[in-house]
Amino acid sequence: MEQVNQPVEKSENQTSSTPSPIAAALQHEHPEWVSRVVEALGETTIMVPREHLVSACAFLKSAPGLEFNFLSDVCGFDRGPEEEPRFEVNYHLFSTTKFHRVRLKVLLNEDDAHVASVTSVWRTANWHERETYDLFGVIFDDHPDLRRILLPDDWQGHALRKDFPLRGYEPYSLE
Amino acid sequence: MSTSLDIPPQFEVVDQPLDTQMTISMGPQHPSTHGVLRLELVLDSELVVKATPDIGYLHTGMEKLFEYRKYQQGIVITDRMDYLNPLGNNLAYVMAVEKLLQLEIPERAQTIRVLTCELQRIASHLVWLGTHALDIGAMTVFFYAFREREKILNLIEAASGGRLTPSYFRIGGLMMDLPAGFDRRVKQFIDEFPKAVEEFHKLVTGNRIFQKRTQGIGYISAEDAIDWGLSGPCLRGSGVALDIRRANPYCTYEQYDFEIPTEADCDVWARYMVRMSEMTESHKIVTQALSRLKPGPVKADAPKIVLPDREAMKTHMDALIHHFLIVAEGFDVPAGEVYMPIEASKGELGVYIQSTGGPKPARVHFRGPSFVNLSALPHIAEGEMIADVVAIIGSLDIVLGEIDR
Repeated sequence: MEQVNQPVEKSENQTSSTPSPIAAALQHEHPEWVSRVVEALGETTIMVPREHLVSACAFLKSAPGLEFNFLSDVCGFDRGPEEEPRFEVNYHLFSTTKFHRVRLKVLLNEDDAHVASVTSVWRTANWHERETYDLFGVIFDDHPDLRRILLPDDWQGHALRKDFPLRGYEPYSLE
Repeated sequence: MSTSLDIPPQFEVVDQPLDTQMTISMGPQHPSTHGVLRLELVLDSELVVKATPDIGYLHTGMEKLFEYRKYQQGIVITDRMDYLNPLGNNLAYVMAVEKLLQLEIPERAQTIRVLTCELQRIASHLVWLGTHALDIGAMTVFFYAFREREKILNLIEAASGGRLTPSYFRIGGLMMDLPAGFDRRVKQFIDEFPKAVEEFHKLVTGNRIFQKRTQGIGYISAEDAIDWGLSGPCLRGSGVALDIRRANPYCTYEQYDFEIPTEADCDVWARYMVRMSEMTESHKIVTQALSRLKPGPVKADAPKIVLPDREAMKTHMDALIHHFLIVAEGFDVPAGEVYMPIEASKGELGVYIQSTGGPKPARVHFRGPSFVNLSALPHIAEGEMIADVVAIIGSLDIVLGEIDR
């Protein structure tokens, strides 16, 4: 169990030595698109600077041999109010022809939690991004319909942020 | 008294009355919306011009709740998401945690997981069959489908004690082994089920009204289906032979012999035919799993994670200590993140867990197949008749508990 305990730290200096073929292809196409690669638990995580996200996604979708034509999931993560960058947005990509998967990760600061929408690459991103906006307050620029989706339109705050209390700010009231 | 012959403006005759569009709200109490889905439909006579799903009526903040509960306490939350396929949710969640812990699961536990999950898949499809046919107007099917489902729920109840919320799987294996005589009961179900499927085909498949209501309705091409992220039977109904059990095998599914049924018609009928064939395939897997059941342990050998047997706890000091620590403090999961996709009855159910160490997860996210499949509804329903929207929702097989979480 010892080596299991530090999968992230261990892989920190693997960026240049043994990157996955997917990360290598992405880096080969445009070195700036990849800021860090983490290989852990059999999964590849590629950190992408937010300004290059859409072009990197479009490349991953169309490049022969990669063919990530299926966006499985988009989900946010709040590292906590004291962390900077505070938010993560994770994109789980899948290929219906090659059957491989990769995770793209974009890091965002709290005071500038903006990232470009990938709805132009995969239309399924629409609701995933709405959900992330609803629960974390991450703004997806150029999204066609960025409204709250799970919580009511007049909801105050973003419920999955770490500083949002489990039972809300106010006791439940019908007033 | 006025003698003017001028017609007041409110009685002005409109030349083309059907040119006007009307917005109606369908749901959230509409019986065919399978829970609390509300659709905002813009209609031009009976044609749907625009469909906007409005969800969130059943939102219970489950993903938030996971962050305040220990890993093993999360299992019972998963039951309540897709309540027609609770064992599938259990499986995805416990496998994600097991991947973080890098636990090896004994073979008997894997086989029982496959066996019960495939039974659950049949049960889930039976609810879909009954309600889908009911929406379209065939009431009888519901009773036949639920009669068969009852047999499966009885089996699941025998194994786990729960019918709708079994919570049968644990991190590291199963809650407990199957009861004595379970295999005989499953055998009985295996023998009876093909006749029931035959009955369903006689009741529904050959029905001219059902065919007219479903064939050519709700078209979505394979490219669009992939672009909209459809998965499971909805994607296979568009001719894409994708099944996570084959694409990224888990839980020893690679050792089972089964087909991936696909249909090329891309309509409600195709999705119907795919699910009907899937029940037969699941029946095949259940038969194989039953023949593979060998005696053995059903819990991993990890005393700090898996609760000890009751007898060991009463007689061994270390087992008692482990039991106390697991229940009172939980177990630490190493930092890391995983995305664990499985083929649930409705499509790709993915669990994303991020751990920063400690006994509680930092983030648990569920990629619900119903959530994604429903997001394609405007694309499918626009341009169809309003009566067909009901058939299309039925063919997507949504469960609002999972969509709203």
